[in-house]
Amino acid sequence: MVDEREKIVQVKNLKQYFNIGKPNEVKAVDDVSFDIYKGETFGLVGESGSGKSTTGRSIIRLYNPTDGQILFNGQDISKIKSHGPQMKEFRREMQMIFQDPYASLNPRMKVKDIIAEGLDVHGLVKGDEERDKRVRELLDMVHLNPEHMTRYPYEFSGGQRQRIGIARALAVEPQFVIADEPISALDVSIQAQVVNLMQDIQKEQGLTYMFIAHDLSMVKYISDRIAVMYHGKIVELADSDEIYNHPLHAYTQSLLSAIPVPDPAIEKTRERIDFDHSQPFSDDQSLQEVLPGHFLYCNAATAASFK
Amino acid sequence: MEQIPDVPKEKFKLIHDENNSEQEKIGTPSLTYLQDVRRRLFSNKVAVVCLTLLSIIVLISIFAPLVAPHNPNAQQVTLSNLPPKLGNLNIPGFNGYQNMGGKMVDAYKQVGAPKDSFYLLGTDYLGRDLLSRIIYGTRLSLIVAVLATLVDLIIGVPYGIVSGWKGGTTDTIMQRIVEIVSSVPNLIVVILMMIILKPGLGSIVIAIAITGWVTMARLIRAQTFQLKEQEYVLAARTLGESSTKIATKHLIPNLSSTIIIQTMFTIPNAIFFEAFLSFIGIGIPAPNASLGTLLSDGQKAFRFLPYQMWAPAIILSIIMIATNLLGDGLRDAFDPQSDD
Repeated sequence: MVDEREKIVQVKNLKQYFNIGKPNEVKAVDDVSFDIYKGETFGLVGESGSGKSTTGRSIIRLYNPTDGQILFNGQDISKIKSHGPQMKEFRREMQMIFQDPYASLNPRMKVKDIIAEGLDVHGLVKGDEERDKRVRELLDMVHLNPEHMTRYPYEFSGGQRQRIGIARALAVEPQFVIADEPISALDVSIQAQVVNLMQDIQKEQGLTYMFIAHDLSMVKYISDRIAVMYHGKIVELADSDEIYNHPLHAYTQSLLSAIPVPDPAIEKTRERIDFDHSQPFSDDQSLQEVLPGHFLYCNAATAASFK
Repeated sequence: MEQIPDVPKEKFKLIHDENNSEQEKIGTPSLTYLQDVRRRLFSNKVAVVCLTLLSIIVLISIFAPLVAPHNPNAQQVTLSNLPPKLGNLNIPGFNGYQNMGGKMVDAYKQVGAPKDSFYLLGTDYLGRDLLSRIIYGTRLSLIVAVLATLVDLIIGVPYGIVSGWKGGTTDTIMQRIVEIVSSVPNLIVVILMMIILKPGLGSIVIAIAITGWVTMARLIRAQTFQLKEQEYVLAARTLGESSTKIATKHLIPNLSSTIIIQTMFTIPNAIFFEAFLSFIGIGIPAPNASLGTLLSDGQKAFRFLPYQMWAPAIILSIIMIATNLLGDGLRDAFDPQSDD
């Protein structure tokens, strides 16, 4: 049912290792494959250190992937040169929203120069007047007062800073935006504000999001499909309702059971499902489609049992 | 428990409106970054005073040949060790009188100096005008300080940024080079330099150029390591900004406080290094003066002719304090957050 939709990003057997060949080798992302369809919001959840941020950064080529393919609109971008013209083109199409609103804006630059950075790099505007006009448009789009363009980042609150980060990413008119925990550093009320803004812009501009987060309720709210990562692997991938209603992997079940419910009656009886971390994976397991559109990291026998 | 009083709904008024742009107004004037820096620097009184003092000292050193009342190297042995005298005004301390065996005597009359001749800061043991020597000496010390700073900025800063930014093997090799360079004491470099060069400004400057940038390079490297993981640098990379542009737009502005503070250490260190070399006799050769040679000359006669050491010492102290305080002011001026 999902296959007729156009794929914007295809990740095939992506591996991202650090300190290769040394005793402290880290397999941050270990053989991960998934597709992202045009116009959807793809949620990526997992605990700290599960490799979700690394996956995002590998896709946008902040790291050079150790192995595997990343197809963006059908073109393999995992091996293009870091400073070539192809890379420059690619940098316009894919953008990133960062986690920490306090670290993601250069404290020594004015808001206008922060937002216009991409415009300058890609030569998208001619002259100061056009540049200012575009910055005003962008600030307006993220519901910030365009008069603020000559201020410094420290004069803004966390939510406002995050919106400046969004404006910066959208300045180059990308098709695909990776949001790396964009709301985890914000207050809950501001979280909703930022998430709603992101959704509005998505509708207006037909963007595709990859939404990395550890807040499960927020991911469920914003995502069409969700992948659950654990120890550098995707253990389960399905539509968000499917994941929430019928989690198949023990780890997903454990994660979902940990979500607090704002109802004391339910909270009293809510039971945490423990996950056995001692031996999470065995060699005969792989990510397989066990139900239509529902992928599970398991062995062949388990997969067969669902059919 | 206290009961919450029942307030009817009509009594509540909406004072906070989500869509009201007024509430997001922040009122500060719109200036460019450099205008901001200048405004913040000039609003700092201490920094302005220091800047003025340093400017005066620098200007006097630049125009030393015009300002100096006498030739700094002209000897007049008959007029040696004269105390300070300011014209024929009878100002205590500047009237040419000297304590000799418990009595105040007019030293100028005693040596038979011409009636109209006077030396504002006195003369040294060879009868050379101390004021002129201090002016020329300051000039030499400042040249050493400026060159050391330039070496720091031109070699140290780029070296540190490249090493930190590239990381990996490049960093390892560059750091080994730094360690080798820093393991050679610069006194040895200067002594070895004597073999090929005459003692003087040239060998001091080369010694500083070889070893002086090491500390700056190390500090900048460590900071660059931190900065390159900052999300705004990552954001610049995802926007396709080139490494050179990232260095000038993101790294150097954020490294500025480290650079300024380290420079503030470099300047006195360079002046003292020169003074030390001159003191032990392998620095500036006689008869040329530097603050170092003046101090070492003055120190020999300090108990009887204290003015010979006081004057250069005061000038040296003023330069040190002024550069330090100006450095503090500059550091604050470059940081937008230190505002008001």
